[in-house]
Formats: sequence, structure tokens, C-alpha cells
Amino acid sequence: MIVRHLSLVDFRNYETAEVELHPGANLFVGRNGQGKTNLVESIGYLSTLSSHRVPSDQAMIRSGADAAIIRARLQHGDRQLLVEAQLNRSGPNRAQVNRGAVKPRELSRYVSSVLFAPEDLALVRGEPSGRRRFLDGVLVQRNPRLSGVLSDYERSLRQRNMLLKSARASGLKNAPLSTLDIWDERLIEFGSELMAARSELVAELEPHTRLAYAAIAGDSHDATLSMQFSVLDSARDDDEGLHEEAVRHGAIDRALAASWFSEALERSRRQELERAITLVGPHRDDLVLTLNGLPARGYASHGESWSFALALKLATAEVLRQHSTAGDPIIVLDDVFAELDASRRERLTEAIEGYEQVLITAAVFDDVPAPLAAHTVHIDSGRIVEAS
Amino acid sequence: MYEGIVQELIDELGRLPGIGPKSAQRIAFHILQTESVDVSRLAELLTQIKERVRFCEICGNVSEEDTCTICRDPRRNAQTICVVEEAKDVVAIERTREFRGLYHVLGGAISPIDGIGPDDLRIKQLLQRLADGTVTEVIIATDPNLEGEATATYLTRMLQQPGLRVTRLASGLPVGGDLEYADEVTLGRAFEGRRVVE
Ligand SMILES: Nc1ncnc2c1ncn2[C@@H]1O[C@H](COP(=O)(O)OP(=O)(O)O)[C@@H](O)[C@H]1O
Ligand SMILES: [Mg+2]
Ligand SMILES: [Zn+2]
Repeated sequence: MIVRHLSLVDFRNYETAEVELHPGANLFVGRNGQGKTNLVESIGYLSTLSSHRVPSDQAMIRSGADAAIIRARLQHGDRQLLVEAQLNRSGPNRAQVNRGAVKPRELSRYVSSVLFAPEDLALVRGEPSGRRRFLDGVLVQRNPRLSGVLSDYERSLRQRNMLLKSARASGLKNAPLSTLDIWDERLIEFGSELMAARSELVAELEPHTRLAYAAIAGDSHDATLSMQFSVLDSARDDDEGLHEEAVRHGAIDRALAASWFSEALERSRRQELERAITLVGPHRDDLVLTLNGLPARGYASHGESWSFALALKLATAEVLRQHSTAGDPIIVLDDVFAELDASRRERLTEAIEGYEQVLITAAVFDDVPAPLAAHTVHIDSGRIVEAS
Repeated sequence: MYEGIVQELIDELGRLPGIGPKSAQRIAFHILQTESVDVSRLAELLTQIKERVRFCEICGNVSEEDTCTICRDPRRNAQTICVVEEAKDVVAIERTREFRGLYHVLGGAISPIDGIGPDDLRIKQLLQRLADGTVTEVIIATDPNLEGEATATYLTRMLQQPGLRVTRLASGLPVGGDLEYADEVTLGRAFEGRRVVE
């Protein structure tokens, strides 16, 4: 799909903005702090209902304003669609499709995008929590129903941890613990579905990641993906490091995940009671990235880490494209070209060529290869000053 | 911020469930502008409700007597008990006209986060009601959300006894929702489709 036209009202530093967009590459240029990321963030918001930068919607409403509006005219084949989100300072957000009210989370069924920004380097070099968040975000984009499974899992986990805490505090271990197995059941029900869904996604992402890595890095290093399951590794109680025996390649089904999970809970019960926290489960899992057999986190060079992070995002775009009935996801590359050397810039340009629409931001016009600069919009302190 | 008592009223209203600061302010000013007879009537109700209304000794439903009108009604089928979380769920199920048995109000659902365990719910009273063998079916109608399901699982285990059928409302109820907000049609269908647990 492509965005034909974008209107913003009181979004971030835009009082109002009207932007005409084209199929293929669209470049936004302006000095730092002018509103380039803000602009592409608005499209990311329509597709994921969250910002890639802040956990709360409040920061996206222009300071002093009560509500922000993002309106996009989308085109998919002959079909035109007007989607709109209104973020309110107080009260719930609202959404519309073709001027009819819909639930805000329905928007992601109409808009899909994949955003890559310098922060994504943390996918390779950062903590496991960032990689889990990445996987879960893609899962929900691919299948919105899973957002319910995710929140049920998180809530079951909070309930269970609270039960363990109050059991420890009260000293009389048996009274509150009469319900522990009930929360175990909930945890396993939602957790096993999450584990299976993540592993299936990882298996699906892997071949695309491998190809994209080769295409961007321009070498024959072998990039692989696998899941590290904490339920196979109950001895450890940290959230760090690679534990070979717990790493599994390929997809697992729900029944297998559930049996691993319930065995792990049994094994770690005594330790969990002592520490009053749930030590195993998908909240402790990790997505393991390896390059030529070595963990990318810790071994990959700066350039390799960049290529890997980019490859993951391009693989995501490919997977979403295959699952979508509404065409390609919109590719967003925020401030990426400044970080790449000349040959990587060229190879990235080739890699994104086939996508219906790509939005690119850059502080320096010359950092972006000429073929991507045919449609350029200049941005200055929250205003669209010139489009060509 | 408003002066003294006006702000106090806004703060107090704002503590009520479902009322945010803006609504609280609107209600407060509505009260200020309303005829004083109407306001006195509301104030009187508020003071009396705590004195006049108590909970049914049998089922835990709200009542103005020792026992509620449903428990006192001889036409109700005493062999079936429907277990709900709150008294407001009784009202929702009564609206369906689908159910002619008796109720049991638990007073909430198991939720460690809120400090609620099985002992904080009226489960012991439920077991006592089952002791003489009159009741042959218990329908568990806790909310179809995480805590409601956990409570249902717990109850199902506690209620395993010969001659007693334990059923759970069928799905069709909005997942993650509150029973009291379900419409009549949905709730009625859920009753028809109830099933034996395990
Ligand atoms: N809610 C908001 N209200 C007003 N200005 C904002 C808001 N959020 C961010 N800004 C401003 O937007 C600017 C950053 O814009 P951004 O798009 O990140 O810049 P860049 O062009 O470098 O990508 C900053 O000046 C910041 O103060
Ligand atoms: Mg930026
Ligand atoms: Zn009663």
C-alpha cells in the first residue's frame, strides 16, 4: 500500500501539515530537531498504535494542544482509504476509517509499516527485552489477536508474582499457595501460545534475514536466528548470556512449549518460592542472532551489527508483505543513510527497490543516493517548506 | 482548583468508579445549579442507602431484608445455583429471563494483585448451601476475563462432589469484558450453551 496524502494537526511539533506523497522513495530533509522523525513516526503510529520512541501517547500531542490528529489517504491498487487517528490529552483516543468510527486497534488492519532507525542497533547489541519487544510487535502486526494473548500473559505473570510475594511475606506458605497451580495453568496457557508463535515467526524470518544480510553486507557471512527458551534452562536466574542447551532452531508447537513450561515450573518451584518471582517463561526468552556461528551480540563489528539490524527489519517487511492482503508494508528509514558507508548505501538502495513505498529521512541531502531523492520534501521547525 | 467545598466535592466525586476529573467537575456544577429539593432527595438517598441496604444472608445479593427477593421467591428452582462475582451480575442475568434458579454472589474474583484470595470470597458459604444435597447443578458465571477464569477453575476443583453437575457459561461473551456490560442476547445465548466442566 502507499500513503497518498498525510495530514497532521497538533502532532509533535506540527501545528498543521499537509504532505503529498508518491509511490517509491520519498525523502524528507532538514536540520536536526526540525520534525523529520516526528513526521514518519505518525505513519508508524497508524500501523502499530504506538510510537517507536515513547511508551505513552501524550508526548505525541503538540505541547499546549488537547488532541493530535493523524489523517492518511491510503491507496492499495484501485482502492482508496481514508484513515484517521485522534490522540486525546484526556479521554480515550478515537479512530476512523472512511469517516466511520472504528476501534483504534482496528487501524493496524489497514496500515502496515516497518520502521528502521539508529536505535534499532540495540536489536543486535542491547538487552533481550528489546528483542522480545521487536518479535511481539511483529506478531501483533501479523495477527492482531495475539495482543490479547500478550496482555493476558503479562497479567498472569503479575498475578503469579504477587501471589509468590504474599506467600513469602505471610510465612504461612500453604494458605495463599492453594491457588498457585491455577495461576500456573493460566501462565502456561498463554505462555505456550506466545512461545510457539514467536518460534514460528523466527523460523519464518530466518531465511529472509539471511538473504537480506548477504545483500546489505555484501559478504557471505551466515546470519542465523534462533530462540533461547528459559524453560529449557531453569538453572539460570539471570536474563543474560547465551546458553547453548536452551537454544532451539526452528518452530515448536504449542503442546511441546506447554510441556517444557510445566516441567520447568516444577523444577524451579523451590527457588521461585524463595525468591518470590517467576524465573522461567517467555518473559525471560531471547532471540539469538549469530554470525558465522558466533553470537552477534559481543562478536559482531559495528558495521556488521548495523547490517544485521537492517537485515532483521527487511526480513520483517518481507514476512509482513507475504501475510498482507493490502500490499507491501510502508518502509521507513529514519536517519539511516548517515550511518552507512558508500557501498552499504548502494546495496540498501537496491534492497528496498521492490517496495511500493519507502519514506526516508536525512539531515544531509548528499548522504542519500540519487535514485532515492526524486521526491524530496524540506522540513523546517515543524513546517513543510518546499516539496519537489 | 476551586475554592474549598466545591473542590472537595469534585475530588470526592472523582473517586467514584468511571468518573474522571472532567465528569466530576460537570456533576459538581450540575448539583450547584439544580433545585435544592432535588439535591436534598439525592443527599437523603446517599445517607440512607448504607443504613437500609444490606446483603442477603443466603446468597450475598443486595437486599433490604435479611434475605433477598429472589431467595424468598418460592417459584425459583432451588436445585440450581448460579455463581457470580458481583450483585450487579445478578441484575444482568435476571434481564435475560433465561434463568429461574438461585444465585450466589462471591463478592469478587481471585486476584493476588488486589489482595483477594479464595478466603476473601464467599466460597465457604457456597459449600454450606450445597451440603444438604438439594442443589444438583452449579453454574459458574464469573467474568470471562483472566481473574474470572482463574476463579472458575478454582471453584470447579472445590465443587467436585457426587451428584453435583458443575457448568460454566459458554463463550460468546465478549472476551476481556465485564459480565454486566454484555447485552441480553449474548448473555442469553451463553446460558443456553453452558457446558459441563471437565
Ligand atoms: N509534543 C511536542 N510538542 C511540541 N514539540 C515537540 C513535541 N514532541 C517533540 N517536539 C519537538 O520536535 C523536535 C524533534 O523533532 P524530530 O522529528 O525528532 O527531529 P528530527 O528532524 O531531527 O528527526 C524537537 O524540537 C522537539 O522539541
Ligand atoms: Mg530524527
Ligand atoms: Zn438471596
